[in-house]
Amino acid sequence: MEKLSIKDKKLEAINLNVYYGEKKVLKDVNIAIKANTVTAFIGPSGCGKSTFLRTFNRMNDYVEGFRKEGDIIIDGKDIYQKMVRVEDLRKKVGMVFQKPNPFPKSIFENVAYGLKIQGINNKQLIEDTVEKSLKQSALWEEVKDDLKKSALSLSGGQQQRLCIARALALEPSILLMDEPASALDPISTSKIEDLIWELKEKYTIVIVTHNMQQAGRISDNTAFFYMGDLVEYDETKKIFTNPEKERTQNYITGRFG
Amino acid sequence: MKRVLMICAIITVLTTVGIVYVLFSESYTFFQTVPLSDFLTDTEWTPLFTDKHYGILPLLTGTLLTTAIAMCIAVPMGITIAIYLSEYAPKRVRSIVKPLLEILASIPTVVYGFFALTVVTPFLQQIIPDLSGFNALSAGLVMGIMIMPMVSSLSEDALYAVPKSLREGAYGMGSTRLQTSFRVILPAASSGIIVSVILAFARAVGETMIVAVAAGQQPILTGDPRSSVETITTYIVQVSSGDVQHGSLEYNTIFAAGITLFIFTFILNSVSFYIKKRFQEKYD
Repeated sequence: MEKLSIKDKKLEAINLNVYYGEKKVLKDVNIAIKANTVTAFIGPSGCGKSTFLRTFNRMNDYVEGFRKEGDIIIDGKDIYQKMVRVEDLRKKVGMVFQKPNPFPKSIFENVAYGLKIQGINNKQLIEDTVEKSLKQSALWEEVKDDLKKSALSLSGGQQQRLCIARALALEPSILLMDEPASALDPISTSKIEDLIWELKEKYTIVIVTHNMQQAGRISDNTAFFYMGDLVEYDETKKIFTNPEKERTQNYITGRFG
Repeated sequence: MKRVLMICAIITVLTTVGIVYVLFSESYTFFQTVPLSDFLTDTEWTPLFTDKHYGILPLLTGTLLTTAIAMCIAVPMGITIAIYLSEYAPKRVRSIVKPLLEILASIPTVVYGFFALTVVTPFLQQIIPDLSGFNALSAGLVMGIMIMPMVSSLSEDALYAVPKSLREGAYGMGSTRLQTSFRVILPAASSGIIVSVILAFARAVGETMIVAVAAGQQPILTGDPRSSVETITTYIVQVSSGDVQHGSLEYNTIFAAGITLFIFTFILNSVSFYIKKRFQEKYD
């Protein structure tokens, strides 16, 4: 894998250790992620990949007993420094969750939410952003006449694309996705995958997935985690055809996990 | 065994039916003498005096006045406490404060009545000089404290039941705790919170001891919280514990008053039941 120069590094973890109480869930992880790529985190349940993903937008801060050593650097800045407002960070680093979690509001209000909490009241700007975000998440055509309908009336796949639109409305530069398609049917899944491929042009995407084929289809690079260790991190092609570590090989071929 | 259980169930149902039957039949007798229109529109309630008037309005406004004052205390305080406990408080604080609040609910209401009469009223009289010794204000305030745990406890349950995924969604978009609580969690729990408010309202409407002790026994048609008022419940206590002859028209007035109260709380409970049923399983 090519060595990244400092300005190419969008996201970086340096000697990262994460603890929940006494338990060490991530062990000395180092990784550098290039802008406008899709990076997949794979590994068996409990390997720490979700925890790792959540350190990038500090979603672990609320978990009781959470503690970390080492640094997370985004655009050259340590995001765990005291002066960083976590709310600002999360506007830049959007997140899509495993289960679609639209707010119990209308479709329009869901996408407008991010702008409104920032105190933006410009109606035109909000409407334009809602439309743009829904188009980006390939949902616009399906909902443009029902924007006032409750978001909970949408199907699971539509809800998930709504959640993506909601995140995009804030114009983040990074999009974190925690198994975004695991609760969806195959057709919705393939829509989300196509979407990820398109979003790559504008965003740096990090996706946690249990689905090996999915990682193979949509990612440029893949990181394999096992028991809190980053075992191997390389181009997806290489990980899937010719991994260096035996453990990676075993996992990819389905011998465990 | 099965039979014993069934008999218990039947007794409960029969008792309820019996109560409703007595209420209706006794007030039927009443309404044969006093026209319903007088009952609903007359502005005086003086069945025990020589110049008899049978207008429920003074009792109804007395009830609604004390209840409104109570709600003004219970709803904002109850919901604020619920938000604090569910969204802000550390687990340990929550596990201590919640049971404490529920203890508030287990204080006998006559004690609250005493508290209103002997502590709150004298205190308020220092601020509001023309406050009468028995008044709607202090009874209402104390009643608000009494039903507040009901609002906070039920609302807290509703807030706490909002799925964690919604909180994460809100935080993940850069919401502060305050924004998450008020813009996402509160609306998501709104049906549960409305139910808690309605139930507290019904409880306040039917509350007897506090108002009987602290609000007085003068059925005056007024909206002035400083004045002494009589509620429906107080009137019923006054008549049934007094020396009014059983079976007389005066005696029957309490059934008319009772059925008004019953219809009121019945509607409130039905509404809350409907809301609960209608919006309950939105997230499952």
